[in-house]
Amino acid sequence: MIIKPAQPLFVRHPSAKARLIVFVLLSLVLMISDHYGKYLDTARGALLAVVLPLRYAVDLPVRIVSWAGTNLVSHSSLIAENDRLHRQHFLDRTQLGKLADLEAENNRLRKLLGTSEKVREQGLIAGLMAVDMDPFSRRVVLDKGARDGVAPGYSLIDTEGIMGQVVEVGLFSSTALLITDPSHALPVQINRNGFRSIALGTGIQDLLELSHIPNSVEIHIGDTLVTSGLGGRFPAGYPVGTVTSIERNNSQSFAKILVKPNAQLERNREVLLVNPVPRTPVKDTLAEDTPTEDAGETKMAIPEI
Amino acid sequence: MSFAKHNGGWTIAISFLIAFLLAELPLPVWAAIWRPAWVAMVLIYWCLAIPERVGVGIGWLAGLTLDVLGGNLLGQHALGLCILAFIAGRFHQPIRVLPIWQQGIGIFWLITLYQLVILWTNGIQGRPIPNWAYLSSALTSTMLWPWVFVVLRDMRRKYRVT
Repeated sequence: MIIKPAQPLFVRHPSAKARLIVFVLLSLVLMISDHYGKYLDTARGALLAVVLPLRYAVDLPVRIVSWAGTNLVSHSSLIAENDRLHRQHFLDRTQLGKLADLEAENNRLRKLLGTSEKVREQGLIAGLMAVDMDPFSRRVVLDKGARDGVAPGYSLIDTEGIMGQVVEVGLFSSTALLITDPSHALPVQINRNGFRSIALGTGIQDLLELSHIPNSVEIHIGDTLVTSGLGGRFPAGYPVGTVTSIERNNSQSFAKILVKPNAQLERNREVLLVNPVPRTPVKDTLAEDTPTEDAGETKMAIPEI
Repeated sequence: MSFAKHNGGWTIAISFLIAFLLAELPLPVWAAIWRPAWVAMVLIYWCLAIPERVGVGIGWLAGLTLDVLGGNLLGQHALGLCILAFIAGRFHQPIRVLPIWQQGIGIFWLITLYQLVILWTNGIQGRPIPNWAYLSSALTSTMLWPWVFVVLRDMRRKYRVT
């Protein structure tokens, strides 16, 4: 063993260098084609299916603990929980009845105004897998894939608000970008006055930043933000977060505004996937947005004078 | 001979598999940046121990698997790890004779280089560059190297990987 490698060592050195060059070039080609095109999406999907067992192996302990948590409970506590859920369901149903009525009324009014009706989004429940990805980006892995009807662009929502969007889809699993990822931008508006902005991810857990807000805009700590629906990626009107800090510095043209997302971004196990609503272009968008535009624009116009 | 070689191959594969599992294991957000570069460490060990069997090609494949698992740009970790494998293989003789803690210093520079490759490729994509946080993984890897080294060496001796 000691003598053997000494001989081919000299023979193999140039070949190792050649191989290094080949593999470096191969990686560069892969990176460039992955960055600039969508040619590699099917390859990535296939590779994801190959590494899926690894993900399941990592997820398994968490899954077992949660299975044990749901299966090893006493009869009486199940009855109590069932009772509580029944009551909650009853309450929710009464509220929903009211909501359906409001929705119908809203659509009637929209028809009167000549604008398009709001379409109800389709939903799909998915579980988050307990696997970690690159620590410098904020992503999560979902246990539903193309086979279950997931496609890139689906929005991730939990009971509190928007979480992110699906960016990569394999056959049995998919990857979603959270709104806190540094490469993510989310069109939002302030619920109180309709002022629009873009919430950028910071890469820090539970922190968003509003971009390019003039110092003079009327915004307060505690204001809630909802999705504006502009850009057509996210459905409009879902809660996003709450303004937690405003720093106005007169030597800078823009204020630094931080927002805490409502959704339990990296702590929940179940999420709702919502189909992006296909919107008819320009005309519809303009017509639909005119009423709110007034409110937003006047508010914005005053400070700018 | 062929049986022994085959047997050794399985040991290498399983050590990489465990490294992939450790790389995916969920950690709290504050701890995630301190996660040691498990796959890189295992790769360096095999490149030092049996440079004629584990080299640039296996490093590249391991990196590609990491890219798919981590949802990164395809080829990022592959590039980093094949360069790492080349350097480790090239200098396996001087590094192998050092005491374990001095090897750790070499490991620190190798993993820093690997992190820099990832950082550069991220930067070219326009992803924001984090502060010194990317070095934390090289630090924890250096501190854990003696244990990884001893465990893998025992594994190699027990299963006669040559």
